[in-house]
Amino acid sequence: MPNDVLIETTDLTMYFPVTKGIIRQRKVAEVKAVDGVSFFVRRGETLGLVGESGCGKTTLGRCLTQLIRPTSGEVYFEGVDLCQLREDELRSVRQGMQFIFQDPFDSLDPRMTAGEIVAEPLLVHTQIRGKELREKVADLLHVVGLDPLMASRYPHEFSGGQRQRLGIARALSIRPKFVICDEPISALDVSIQAQIINLLEDLQAEFDLTYLFIAHDLSVVRHISHRVAVMYLGKIIEIANRDDLYRSAKHPYTVALLSAVPIPDPLVEAERMRILLRGEPPSPIALPPGCNFHPRCPIAIETCREIVPELRQIENDHWVACHLA
Amino acid sequence: MSALLQVINLKTYFYTDAGVIKAVDGISYDLKEGETLGLVGESGCGKSVSALSILRLIPNPPGRIIGGEVVYEGRDLLRMTEDEVRAIRGNRIAMIFQEPMTSLNPVLTIGFQIGETLELHRQLNKEEAREEVIRLLQKVGIPDSERRLDDYPHQFSGGMRQRVMIAMALSCNPKLLIADEPTTAVDVTIQAQLLEIIKELTSRLETAVILITHNLGVVARYVNRMAVMYAGRIVESGPAVQVYGHPRHPYTIGLLASVPRLDQPRKKRLIPIDGQPPNLIHLPAGCYFFPRCSYRLNRCSYESPELIPIDSEHLVACFGNMGD
Repeated sequence: MPNDVLIETTDLTMYFPVTKGIIRQRKVAEVKAVDGVSFFVRRGETLGLVGESGCGKTTLGRCLTQLIRPTSGEVYFEGVDLCQLREDELRSVRQGMQFIFQDPFDSLDPRMTAGEIVAEPLLVHTQIRGKELREKVADLLHVVGLDPLMASRYPHEFSGGQRQRLGIARALSIRPKFVICDEPISALDVSIQAQIINLLEDLQAEFDLTYLFIAHDLSVVRHISHRVAVMYLGKIIEIANRDDLYRSAKHPYTVALLSAVPIPDPLVEAERMRILLRGEPPSPIALPPGCNFHPRCPIAIETCREIVPELRQIENDHWVACHLA
Repeated sequence: MSALLQVINLKTYFYTDAGVIKAVDGISYDLKEGETLGLVGESGCGKSVSALSILRLIPNPPGRIIGGEVVYEGRDLLRMTEDEVRAIRGNRIAMIFQEPMTSLNPVLTIGFQIGETLELHRQLNKEEAREEVIRLLQKVGIPDSERRLDDYPHQFSGGMRQRVMIAMALSCNPKLLIADEPTTAVDVTIQAQLLEIIKELTSRLETAVILITHNLGVVARYVNRMAVMYAGRIVESGPAVQVYGHPRHPYTIGLLASVPRLDQPRKKRLIPIDGQPPNLIHLPAGCYFFPRCSYRLNRCSYESPELIPIDSEHLVACFGNMGD
């Protein structure tokens, strides 16, 4: 693995069994939430991961940190396969990897003060205590734009945007290298989203962070990412440099996705061509044969119904899983 | 042409232990037949409460419509009896909400629920209603509608449930459809489908639409006119092309500047609006946007600006009256 790659997965899968029966449970089906995903993230970059609900992006994020243990495949973080590590071995690795969650309400313990929330990772992973700890906490709050005097307040006393800043401060407290941001701004008001995006960018520059930015808002992902991966029903169907993806998307799903995003300008909207997909994504329990996307694809041919397309490189750093790309 | 709907100085307050929440604090606008009005703003701005007020769906306590008029086809809805409003609700004025699961009864089939509306408002018998429901489900793009009308809400996906809501709302050919964040809970490709259906059906039936959303892109795509709300008031309104092209209120300007756009080159940095959303119990004296405004004048701290026209159709509530 070239040494500028921080994290890499090969053929990662996460299959959840669907069971029937009360006394004796038997497996009747599988939800293929993540279905053979391979990608990497370079040091210092932001990889955007987009896809609609059910595509597996959140599950993928959790698999990377081993919050859930993948069914198969490898996750190399700084050269070490995390899937092979035991729980106690993972603890020290987890210092390098942190999570920022979507819900600034649910992800903070309502019974802990802001200061306690931010200090907790330091208490778990380091020996820092007392005055030094308090100073570190104050510093972290300041770095995310919160008044250090608010350390004694409880989460419910903060607004949504402030709570998200608190979650970010907590994630940064032990100086991780890699931060998985799982929909960090979707629950926030539009006018606050820009504040948090700017903050994440500033912190990336200041602390040399690498981000996996999971989101469904394509406009925001374009702003913050260097490279973008698109997921559909458990697979990455396209991955490219940001500009290549947005300017010359090759997969029909990506094209439809971009076409569906409304642009805040009525004159531009009046001129746009719209691609409307037929129907809805199928259930991940009953995936169609061949290409996952073929039932809704406007250009599907016979091959698409039979053979699963591989993710292959078509241009420099631009990979697509489509027979027609 | 006289307006289909005239909202005049509507005020809806909520009386809570913590204090009085001025959810809607004096808003006025007109809606013509067949027109689409976008009501835009962030959470807490009062857009949903104002729509619920039109149909008198405000829970009392703790809410109360304390002032104003809502004139529909010449009659003030706020002064009608409950029976008179009920005859209009779901029939002449229909509403669809963000969460179809909370609007649909989980223990009744879709066919029964839509049929109920038809039997009540259009006096159809059971067979006629069933035929009509099948036709409606087809119109909103639900495949296999003959079989599906005997299904229950939980057997539909979120996007399909929303189509059922649209079918139900349009079943009586209403003159006005109020859509409150109809696509916020669904994915962007489903959102595109749903909005196209709403647009196609309402233009065919010449139904006026009030589209409530926080999504500036959705508004740009689907409305003729728009009103921007902040802290219970309308701060700017006018034809969408005007408001997007020449925004005059600092809040509108800030909102448009803070949203990344797919069609423009990537900006180096987003320009957020400073500060926090307003606390509706403790609003400032003077202009409600004052604490976050980068154009503020002295006057703004103690005087509240009125919504006044700056040209024939474009209104702004701002002393500075910014923009180009």
